[in-house]
Amino acid sequence: MKTNSVDLSLSTSIDDDNISNLIQEIKALTLRLFIQLIRRPSTLIAGILQPLIWLILFGALFSNAPDGFLPGGLSYGRFLGAGVIVFTAFSGALNAGLPVMFDREFGFLNRLLVAPLISRSSIVFASVIYITVISLLQSFAIMGTAALLGYGWPGSGGILLVSLTLLILVFAVTALSLGMAFALPGHIELIAVIFVINLPLLFASTALAPISYMPGWLGWLAALNPLTFAIEPIRAAYSGPLDLGLVILHAPYGDLNGYECLGILLGITIGLFLLIRPLLNRKLA
Amino acid sequence: MHVIELHELVKSYGTVQALNGLTLCVPEGSLYGLLGPNGAGKTTTLRILCTLLAPDSGEVIFSGIDVLKDPRAARRKLGYVAQEVAVDKILTGRELLQLQGDIYHLPVKDREIRINELVERLEMSSWINRRCGTYSGGMRRRLDLASGLLHKPKLLVLDEPTVGLDIESRSAVWQILKELRSEGVTVLLSSHYLEEVEALSDQIAILDQGRVIAEGTPEKLKNELGGDRVTLRVREFSTTEESEKVRRLLKKVEGVRQVVVNRAQGFSLNLVVDDEGALTRIREELDKDEVYIFSLTQSKPSLDDVYLQATGRTLMDAELAVAGKRDVKLETKQSMR
Repeated sequence: MKTNSVDLSLSTSIDDDNISNLIQEIKALTLRLFIQLIRRPSTLIAGILQPLIWLILFGALFSNAPDGFLPGGLSYGRFLGAGVIVFTAFSGALNAGLPVMFDREFGFLNRLLVAPLISRSSIVFASVIYITVISLLQSFAIMGTAALLGYGWPGSGGILLVSLTLLILVFAVTALSLGMAFALPGHIELIAVIFVINLPLLFASTALAPISYMPGWLGWLAALNPLTFAIEPIRAAYSGPLDLGLVILHAPYGDLNGYECLGILLGITIGLFLLIRPLLNRKLA
Repeated sequence: MHVIELHELVKSYGTVQALNGLTLCVPEGSLYGLLGPNGAGKTTTLRILCTLLAPDSGEVIFSGIDVLKDPRAARRKLGYVAQEVAVDKILTGRELLQLQGDIYHLPVKDREIRINELVERLEMSSWINRRCGTYSGGMRRRLDLASGLLHKPKLLVLDEPTVGLDIESRSAVWQILKELRSEGVTVLLSSHYLEEVEALSDQIAILDQGRVIAEGTPEKLKNELGGDRVTLRVREFSTTEESEKVRRLLKKVEGVRQVVVNRAQGFSLNLVVDDEGALTRIREELDKDEVYIFSLTQSKPSLDDVYLQATGRTLMDAELAVAGKRDVKLETKQSMR
């Protein structure tokens, strides 16, 4: 559309009235997603059960791994918890584009686009809020189950760290998924792309095994994978007293401490968002 | 005073030229009908007006707003009821209206008052708290009307508002549209039903191949054509030879035009007469050759005749011709945002 684009940064002269209008529209759009969730709880139930199954079955599969398999003599269950938390949040956020895609296909999006939304980014923010809440719910279920299985508890500092890390990750991946929901022609294509991205990113990360266990090339991939930068700080919270200043990732290109991991994750997120923003602006202008 | 002014709109989807320099002015407070076969550019025109689509070139002025420059100002003042009814099946009708009210920033109190008003007026109270997934086509259409009207728009735009509706729902929709006009709301609707446009509109524009080919009140358009339509039969089921013979006779009569043999209707003859006297002269001419009239019907020109005159084909023929050529998939894709 050749109209002047609506700025996603919301920086354009907003007065008080506009802010309350903005809150009203984001609230309404978010409420819709939650009403859907409550009336169709199957996705939530599956979304909570699935990672628990991962945790229990995968944890059992490698529970007899030889000593020294994991750095610092960590038990596999303890090691796996962080991976499952991050992977669950990641796949949930990766699917965030699907409802938007269906709205596009069924014409419901048009209903929103003919309305005088203060910012059309409200549609994006509603999805981000929704996915973040679900991811946190899932994570607490995973952490609770992990504790019951004797895999430990990250402590209150750890929980704060988990929440912060997930927030960054979910924001980035949701933006990516929404970008795809607008760029791809239909839901079939979107599902195909999600399938192709999802599992390879899991296997090429440190979710299931440490880098030291991988062949060199895979170690490189894992050390560049954004998921790894989210997994390792959370894992650090599980393996002992939380100190982000300690080296937590032995990457082929050098050692990284907790702050550096989170910094890289944040950098990737901002970069991704800046990359996708023009697309969303164009599609939502 | 024109509330909508569209100037020289051009829009193409790939190689398909949807709008071809369309210019249209809609007077304030009118019930304006866009008539044309499928593929004439009606939906594209409405989508451009409603800021869902940008034209390749042209100008869109609505209520003094340059819609292409300031779409949000335009959105505040217009209500749009799309052709394909999009509801969220999981929400109840009331929840959908509340969402609608919130994205138009109605204060919550006003929103509830307004929803109750519309629920009452559109007779939705017995089912408004049920989920949209359970609604019939007529219910959905009413819900859509309500959501289009929630923010009290100055202009209501409806794309094929009664397609697929049962007769009862259709007349309910018509009734509401008439009421809205009498309340001063400008209503712009598209339709490929002649009766609908004729029954409702006080102004119409006929669209063909992406441009306006005739506009005005239905009466004016019909009067411009002039002459009454006459269907004449010399027998209930005639033959080619006989009807050809009668056609030659009729062509000699003064004040008779456009004599056509209608094969589809038992070789009856369709013609246009300029004055009442022509009918008498026809009788005299036929009497001379001892041809007797089996039946003769006379009618005012219809909008279909207007369309026929302007394009050289009937609306039905135009629909059939276009039906095969359209790439519906491509259009759906293009219109997806």
